[in-house]
Amino acid sequence: MTDTLLDQAPSAAAASLKPARLALVGNPNSGKTALFNALTGSRQKVANYAGVTVERKEGVLTMASGRGAHILDLPGTYSLRARSPDEVVTRDAVLGRLAGEQAPDVVICVADATNLRLVLRLVLELKQVGRPFVLALNMFDIAQRQGLRIDLEKLSAEIGAPIIPTVATRKRGLEDLVAAADALSLSHAGEHENVWREPSAAEIRAAHREAQRIVKACVRPAERPDTITGKVDSVLLNPVGGLLILFALLFVMFQAVFTWAKPLMDLINLGFEHLGLLIGAVLPEGLLRSFVTEGLIAGVGSVLVFLPQILILFFFILLLEDSGYMTRAAFLMDKIMGGAGLHGRAFIPLLSSFACAIPGIMATRVIDNKHDRLTTILVAPLMTCSARIPVYTLIIAAFIPNTKVWGVLSLPGLVMFGLYAGGIVSALIVSFVIRKIFWRGTVEPFMMELPTYRWPEPRNVLLNLWTRARIFLERAGRIILPLMVLVWVLSTFPYPPEGATGPAIDYSFAGRIGHFIAPVMAPIGFNWQMTVALIPGFAAREVAVAALGTVYAVGGDDEAGTNLGALLSHQWSLATALSFLAWYVFAPQCAATLGVVKRETNGWTWPTVMFLYMTGLAYLASFVTYHVAVAMGAG
Amino acid sequence: MSDALSLTPDLSEPALAGAERQLSVARKGQRGVIVRVSGQTGRSESIDPEELERRLLEMGFVEGAAFEVLHEGLFGRDPIAVRIDDMRVALRRREAGAVTVQFEEI
Repeated sequence: MTDTLLDQAPSAAAASLKPARLALVGNPNSGKTALFNALTGSRQKVANYAGVTVERKEGVLTMASGRGAHILDLPGTYSLRARSPDEVVTRDAVLGRLAGEQAPDVVICVADATNLRLVLRLVLELKQVGRPFVLALNMFDIAQRQGLRIDLEKLSAEIGAPIIPTVATRKRGLEDLVAAADALSLSHAGEHENVWREPSAAEIRAAHREAQRIVKACVRPAERPDTITGKVDSVLLNPVGGLLILFALLFVMFQAVFTWAKPLMDLINLGFEHLGLLIGAVLPEGLLRSFVTEGLIAGVGSVLVFLPQILILFFFILLLEDSGYMTRAAFLMDKIMGGAGLHGRAFIPLLSSFACAIPGIMATRVIDNKHDRLTTILVAPLMTCSARIPVYTLIIAAFIPNTKVWGVLSLPGLVMFGLYAGGIVSALIVSFVIRKIFWRGTVEPFMMELPTYRWPEPRNVLLNLWTRARIFLERAGRIILPLMVLVWVLSTFPYPPEGATGPAIDYSFAGRIGHFIAPVMAPIGFNWQMTVALIPGFAAREVAVAALGTVYAVGGDDEAGTNLGALLSHQWSLATALSFLAWYVFAPQCAATLGVVKRETNGWTWPTVMFLYMTGLAYLASFVTYHVAVAMGAG
Repeated sequence: MSDALSLTPDLSEPALAGAERQLSVARKGQRGVIVRVSGQTGRSESIDPEELERRLLEMGFVEGAAFEVLHEGLFGRDPIAVRIDDMRVALRRREAGAVTVQFEEI
């Protein structure tokens, strides 16, 4: 078959060749992902590697010869000696050991041209692996501007591989790079048996000396080295001023996630409401209509409504990461977070969780270490998210008298603050306990390169933002939507019998479950109506307000809040109301959060752990609150 | 928080020029040469010394490299940012204890 094809035009012959498999490796901050984006544009697929939480990013491109290529963007690393799950993937992919993956035909090693010493050790390791590779000297324009002289021919001879200068952000050198990879995949130049093994300390020292020698022989130091980074750092890393700037930045971020997203979220909610009404008008009254409008459309809406917050949050995170500031922020926050056993980088996910735990949990990707990341994921939902606010305001308005404390502080405001503080303090305690009891012993070292500051490339930021949005919609949506439909099924079936007098939900599965667990909830002061409302409340926290309205059969949607509040203040004791508030500080009343934890941790273990520990804490907190309140005469 | 404070190294003694000291006692602005990288921090919570030694080496902490302490954190002056040759690296003083340095004579 190949014989006949060789007679055809060269491009057709090349096009019919099996696509080349290329893999990008390189140090963090070498512009590897920018190069990947420049090579593939939006033709990327993101998934997870089998069995691990590491993201697998693959793109396709057509090489100049007409042949196709699959290109894998492997996690950044300083060495093939893997230290994190991400780096294990890089090592195994390069060695061809990764389950379900073939070894790449050609490895493209991406280097920051201004920081060659570090990448040379990685190059020396790649040489031992024996896969053909090409070195992309990225950010070559910056090296030239600094007056850094690199003897490319000599360097190429030293490392035994072709070298192509590139500028990913300006798409310079990309064709040459791809052509070099194409040629290597056909010639197999430099291919040999793998002799790589994990280097010992002595071998790393030897590799270091070798890298030092090569740099001395091939590179003339920069005439005008970068001084801007040092100057910027003297402001941004100032112990006091740096922290103030960081807090100001976080404040803007938090405000943006909270307020900029609000109109968009309202718009999405409104749109889906109208869509529900429109379709509801067309479909005949009955099960199908209820399923489509209340199950399906409301379900899709409840997934999409998170998108504005996720996009705004990740927009900021990408800017911080691409500019090089993220590592500085982690530096500034490390001691504060470290006291509670958290990593310096955990503050952004935790802060975003005040808006919503879902973008927050997705943002834990900035934490490399697996244990540090899991701790952060587990405590993120303890931060008071915006969905709790409707519940808090309803109960506070109904039960807490609007009086002043010490003449200035309003009591409802104080209670609200207490609920927020309760969440934060418990998150710190829980992470401290996790660190001390479950992952006792060693503390993961905090060691990071502080990269040179760079302007974020808009195209790059947008492409990465698009990737995030797609991941959320495709992967998380696939989990969240069925959960929403399940909650609908539970609250709808079975129908109330003929001539039933109570609200319909009372006869449904949700109602039965509520009645069934009501005795368990009685010790914390919950009546059966509350327990029943908690079941649909799993769809989202604020749904509990509507569900309480349904259970108490309060009519009039617009005034439900006021009516319901007045009704509750007669039906519940103060102790019950406080217990309900305490429950909402801790309870995992959010199917979407559990869904996204499942997606981020690649299994049901951690969502289960989260559900159990948070429910346990909620029960405990409500129990204590209820009984203390009763003892103080609020029963 | 008490746990975090107890990790703060003793900074009361000024590091003498010329003498061999641990990088963990270095103050902002001090520079010199790395003499030895061991992996032993003398603290129980540290990871395996062999592993720490390799990580330090991989980040560029290698015998003979020139260093300068660029920045210190606010609380307990921890962590620190160090320039090694032409790289900037942030690390905690805990791990810096595994690096022996010689401060430059001023």
